[in-house]
Amino acid sequence: MDLANQARVKELAEQYGKNDLVVILGGAGAESSGIAAETVSNGDPSYAGPLAGVQLGLKPYHILEPQVKGDCDPEVYEEQVGMMEMVLDVDAIVKEVSSIRERYAGSASEEGR
Amino acid sequence: MLKDRKAIILGDRDGIPGPAIEACIKTSGAEVLFSTTECFV
Repeated sequence: MDLANQARVKELAEQYGKNDLVVILGGAGAESSGIAAETVSNGDPSYAGPLAGVQLGLKPYHILEPQVKGDCDPEVYEEQVGMMEMVLDVDAIVKEVSSIRERYAGSASEEGR
Repeated sequence: MLKDRKAIILGDRDGIPGPAIEACIKTSGAEVLFSTTECFV
């Protein structure tokens, strides 16, 4: 994950606290989405950026996850995300991001709020 | 789930870009604090 973005996420987490914050990802694959999810919850796995060793505990979700989709206006969602939803491996992405959320942010969905 | 929450958006140029995610999330009742589009290449 981009180092400047890591710094920004860290700053916002410190400012607002982790309880009401969510991170919404748009990664193209399970691996890149998983790395971003891990970075904002458990720290930068590459130990390169400001989040190296910093466990923010933020809850990462991918925009393709059903509970995120279900909260958005269906027409807007279809217009903005519909095309990519058809070409990306939704199951693999959802599995990866939700497992990292469960492991590092203590909640697979809404329970931990 | 998202209503009244604050969202940080990390889009992907090769997946779903920040502005597309932002347009969706704004309809959920969440407040978007930060939105960006990363390039993993």
